[in-house]
Amino acid sequence: MTGEKAVLTGVHFMSGDIACAEGAIAAGCRFFAGYPITPATEIAEHIAARMPKVGGIYIQMEDEIASIAAVIGASYAGLKAMTATSGPGFSLMQENIGLAAMTEAPCVIVDVMRGGPSTGQPTLPGQQDVMQAKWGSHGDYEIIALAPSSVQEMFDLTIEAFNLAETYRVPTFVMADEVVAHMWEKVVIPPAEKIRIVNRKKPNTPPDKYAPFMPDNDLVPPMACFGEGFRFHATGLTHDEYGYPRTQSSEVQMRLVQRLCDKIRKNADKIIRVEEQMLEDAEIVVFAYGIVARAALSAVRKARQQGIKAGLLRPITLWPFPEKHVTKAAEKARAIIVPEMNCGQMVREVERAAKGTSVFHMPKLGEEPHTPMEILEFIRRHGK
Amino acid sequence: MTEAVEQHPLSKYLRAAMMPHIWCTGCGNGIILNAFVHALDELQINLDKLVVVSGIGCIGRAAGYTNVDSFHTTHGRPIAFATGVKLANPQLEVVVISGDGDLFAIGGNHFIHAARRNIGIKVICANNFNYGMTGGQVGPTTPLDALTTTTPYGNIEHPFNLVHLAAAAGATYVARWTTLHVRMLTMSIKKLLQRKGFSFIEVISPCPEIYGRHNKMRTGLEMMEWFKKVSVIANFSDPAKAEITPEKIVVGEFVDIEKPTYEELLHNKMAQIMKEGEEE
Repeated sequence: MTGEKAVLTGVHFMSGDIACAEGAIAAGCRFFAGYPITPATEIAEHIAARMPKVGGIYIQMEDEIASIAAVIGASYAGLKAMTATSGPGFSLMQENIGLAAMTEAPCVIVDVMRGGPSTGQPTLPGQQDVMQAKWGSHGDYEIIALAPSSVQEMFDLTIEAFNLAETYRVPTFVMADEVVAHMWEKVVIPPAEKIRIVNRKKPNTPPDKYAPFMPDNDLVPPMACFGEGFRFHATGLTHDEYGYPRTQSSEVQMRLVQRLCDKIRKNADKIIRVEEQMLEDAEIVVFAYGIVARAALSAVRKARQQGIKAGLLRPITLWPFPEKHVTKAAEKARAIIVPEMNCGQMVREVERAAKGTSVFHMPKLGEEPHTPMEILEFIRRHGK
Repeated sequence: MTEAVEQHPLSKYLRAAMMPHIWCTGCGNGIILNAFVHALDELQINLDKLVVVSGIGCIGRAAGYTNVDSFHTTHGRPIAFATGVKLANPQLEVVVISGDGDLFAIGGNHFIHAARRNIGIKVICANNFNYGMTGGQVGPTTPLDALTTTTPYGNIEHPFNLVHLAAAAGATYVARWTTLHVRMLTMSIKKLLQRKGFSFIEVISPCPEIYGRHNKMRTGLEMMEWFKKVSVIANFSDPAKAEITPEKIVVGEFVDIEKPTYEELLHNKMAQIMKEGEEE
C-alpha cells in the first residue's frame, strides 16, 4: 500500500485552510485531532479527506481540550501532530498548551482568528488572539507564533511551524486570520526533496542513562518516545532532568522554567523572520502582519508615489517578538504606524521596542481588514 | 534455609527513585497499584510497550511510580491524552489510572466519548468518594448525606453509578471491586489488559484520613470493615441496579463483550481507502 502522495508538487489554486492542511501533511504531520469551528473547519475537513490516503490519523474529538490533549499524546507517541481552531477553541486549549510547554511536546496549533471576545463574530476576521498566543496559559513559558499573510504562506509557514516545534520541542502556533484562511490564491508546492523537514533530536544514550529533560547545549533535550524502551516519566508538575516531580524545590523550579524560556529567547535570532520593504530610508514605518500587511504594503507603495518615505516591517514571527528589527527601523523613523484588527495588542510590543519614536495605533474591528486607502490616509495624517 | 533476597520480586515494576510515595496510612491506592503490578507480572506484559497515564489527584501519582513509559497529565485529561497515544501507536498497551474526580467530574466528557468510540484504552478508577488531595471536598461519587469539607451539612447531590455510566456509554469490559477484593481485582485487571476495547474497572478505595475522618470511619480498617459488611458479589448483574449506598456495594463483573475497536475500524478503513486509491 503506497496510498497518495504526501507532497502534491505543482501549481494549485486553493484556500488558505486547504493550503495549511497540505503544508501540515507535507511537513510530515500524521496526526490531527480537532473540533469543528468557524473559520478553521475546512482545515479539519481537508485533513479528514487526505490523512487516510497518506497513512495518517484524523480524529474529531469531543472538544478542543480533548483535541490538544490527544495531540500531545500523539506527539509523545512519536508522530508529528496538529490541531486547528479559532478563538473560543484556542481559549479552551490554553491549560494544555501550558502542559505542552512544560513537558516540551512538539506540536502545532493553528488559530484562525475571528472577531471576539466570546462567540463574537465567527465569520469575520480578527487579530485579537495574538497576546493570548503569548500569554494564554498560566505560568512563565515561551512559545513560537507565526503570522501568514497569504495562502502560499499558509502552506509554507505550517511547514516552518512543524520544523520549529520539532527543533525546540515547543508548541508552535500558526496565527492566521479568517481572510488568509478563506481566501483562494495560487500556491506553488515544491518537489518533496526541496522542502526542508526537521525531525526532533533522538537520544543517543542507552535507556538506563537517559534523562528525558537533560538539555544539550542548545537547551533542548533529545526526545525519546513511548514504546522505544526508554521507560521515562513526564509530568506537568515541576520536574528535574529525570522527569521526577520536584514540587518543593526552588532550585529545580528556577532551573526548569528559566530553561523553558531561554531555549526560545537565546535562540530568538535564529527563529525570527521578518519581511522588510523600503525600510532603508523610511521615515514612516508601517508595522503590520497577517492579511493587514498586504494592504499595508499597497499603502506604502502609494505613499512612495506621493513622495512620502514610507516602509513596511512585517513580522512573520510574532513570538518571539522581533524587537531588534523594530528598534532598528525606529532609529531612522519619525513615526511607526500599527494597523491591527484589534483594540491594541502587538502595538504595545512595538512601543516598547520603538524606544521613544512615536507609535500610532490604527485599530479596526468588526468588518473586513483595513483597506490600502485607509492606511494611506493614516500615513499621510501622521507622517507630516 | 531461606535465602535473603535483596529486592522485592516485583520491584522491577516500580521506580525506586520516586519513593517514598505520597499516600496516607490506610489509603487504598497502594493496594490498587499492587494488584496492577501483580497483573502485569502474571501476564508477563512487555514493559517496553506499556504506557501508564494518569491525571491529577492522589492516585494520579501511580503513573510516576510505575517503571514504564508514563505521563502525568493536567486535571481531567488522561483519557484524551491516552487516546492520542493509542491512535498514534496502536501497538502500545495504554492504561489510565486515575481518580473519580479526575475521570468523572472535570474529565467526564472524555470518559463517555472514549467509551462510545471504543478506543482500546484501559481505565482503572480509584473511587474514594471525595477529592482527597485537596483536603476532602465533595465529588461526583460522594454518597448522599456524606460530610465533606464543602458539604458540611451533608451532601445533597446524587452520586454517579460509575459502572452503569460506563456500560451505558459503551465500555466493553466493566467491573467493580473494593480494595478488600484483592484477588478478584487482580484477576479483573488481567482481563482488562487482555481485552481489546475500552475497558473499565472501578475500585472502591478507602480514604480514612480525609473522607473517613468526616464520616465516622477514621481508620483504613474501619473502612475495610464497611466494605466487608456491605459488599455483595453479583457477577453480570444489572449495572443500573448497582448504585452504591451505605448499606450495599454490588461488586463483580458487569459487562464483558466484544465489538470492533476504533483502531480496528480506522485501520480497516485506511486500508480500503489506500487500495481504492491504487486501483484508480
